[in-house]
Amino acid sequence: MYPPGGPGSSNPGAKLIDAFLPASAAGIMELLSPVPPGWGGTLLVGLLHSIEIAVGATCLGLLIGTGGAYGKLYGGPVVRDLLAVYTTVVRAVPELVLILLLYYAGTDLINQVLTAMGYQRVDISGLAAGIFVLGFVQGAYSTEVIRGAILSIPQGQIEAARAYGMPPSLLLRRITLPAMLPFAIPGLANLWLIATKDTALLAVVGFFELTLATRQAAGVTKAYLTFYVAAGALYLMLSLFSNLIIGRVEAWARRGMPSVKEAR
Amino acid sequence: MANEAVVINAVARASLWLQPHRVVLILIALGLVLGAAFFMRWDWLPQYWEMGLIGIWRGLWILAVTCTLGFLLAVPLGLAQAGGPFWFAMPAKVFCTIIRGTPLLLQLWLLYYGLGSLFPQYPWIRDSWMWPYLRQAWPYGVLALTLSFAGYEGEVMRGAFAGVPKGQLEAARAFGMSRWKIFRRIWLPQAFYRALPTLTGETVLQLKSTPLVATISVIDIFAVSSKVRQDTYLTYEPLLLLALIYMAITGILVFAFSRIEARIPVKIG
Repeated sequence: MYPPGGPGSSNPGAKLIDAFLPASAAGIMELLSPVPPGWGGTLLVGLLHSIEIAVGATCLGLLIGTGGAYGKLYGGPVVRDLLAVYTTVVRAVPELVLILLLYYAGTDLINQVLTAMGYQRVDISGLAAGIFVLGFVQGAYSTEVIRGAILSIPQGQIEAARAYGMPPSLLLRRITLPAMLPFAIPGLANLWLIATKDTALLAVVGFFELTLATRQAAGVTKAYLTFYVAAGALYLMLSLFSNLIIGRVEAWARRGMPSVKEAR
Repeated sequence: MANEAVVINAVARASLWLQPHRVVLILIALGLVLGAAFFMRWDWLPQYWEMGLIGIWRGLWILAVTCTLGFLLAVPLGLAQAGGPFWFAMPAKVFCTIIRGTPLLLQLWLLYYGLGSLFPQYPWIRDSWMWPYLRQAWPYGVLALTLSFAGYEGEVMRGAFAGVPKGQLEAARAFGMSRWKIFRRIWLPQAFYRALPTLTGETVLQLKSTPLVATISVIDIFAVSSKVRQDTYLTYEPLLLLALIYMAITGILVFAFSRIEARIPVKIG
């Protein structure tokens, strides 16, 4: 299970340095360099795949969430109950179990439908499956976030729009979505950060993203600590960079609204 | 009399909840469950149920230990960020940011594969009493889950400590309480009440994180279901049962916490 120790030396400090280096004593920089002898390029490709999945899943989750929130608020009794079951079940079951279940069930279902319609079975790309699975999970959470945000819109704004005779689609586009955005952004930002971290779970079903890339690189070079710390730094940079962007977006969505800080 | 009124009230509420469309939906759900029970293969259950119970027990055990230890760690983390000097606040903030900014799976693998590959190189560790534990997987799982819970809950406790009204602490000081007594009698209890609703959510999130320890070869209920899948080549049955088990545990947890929350005075601050 454990890799063999570095070249024998009695000094604990030297052992610590050896632990960060593989037995061949190549430099950390060489290991992490982006050109092929180093594994930095592999990690960056993994990071790119992680970001792709997170973006796709968040977009799908937002679509499901908006539809789900509308269904929960304005839908008939059956739609409301079904959506309540959807959000409750998805939020009560571990993401790892849902990912396995949806991954197998989703690909199986599509192939069965295809064979029933007389087409060939297809191999569903890991990217599409990952986006679908994580988007389905994200949809349940964003349904609740967006529902709460729509409820926070002052009632008069929506009533006024109805009084002007706006059709529902125009009302959604011009009033509901922009007005709910400042209330929804903190929750949605949290969901985006969760999505970036949940992509790591796809490593368990064998999708090549940052965590799996790290595992492969670490397994080949035996420099476990180096690669896991490097991947952690990449994830952390992604989170911190996202926070920066989110702050900007929130300021933009809140434009014209009185600041909460000044009210205190 | 009062008892009758309660019964009638309950019946009235039930009849309000049990609208016709709900009856139909419940019947459809029952049909699906019965269909799954009859048309799917469950003959592997007698062979594995004992293993499954042990797995559930182990998962609950890990959950309880990591939540308790994590909360104990979260209190100083929150306190340092809310009212500590810079030299305490800064490391606590960095710790919380790192834990919250990286995936738990990565932290788990970092500890297990990274630290785990580091330890065997030191003879004095291999000779010490810790070695029999350090060779196993579960200490790394418990450590990773504890640190993760502490990181998220530390952030919550920071807000809870900062949210206790200043007047309460000033009044306590005016009474001549020592700093430790203020913390024990006033600051911590009020912060805890504030944090309790989020604590429910954090505990459920922690429960949903426990299956990750199966990836480092701890045999919990998730690992048992993977074993069933490998042994019997069934895909859906073990996973569906697993989802059902987790839903039941979540339901019990939420119910238990709601009972605890109901015991706590609502009006604070």
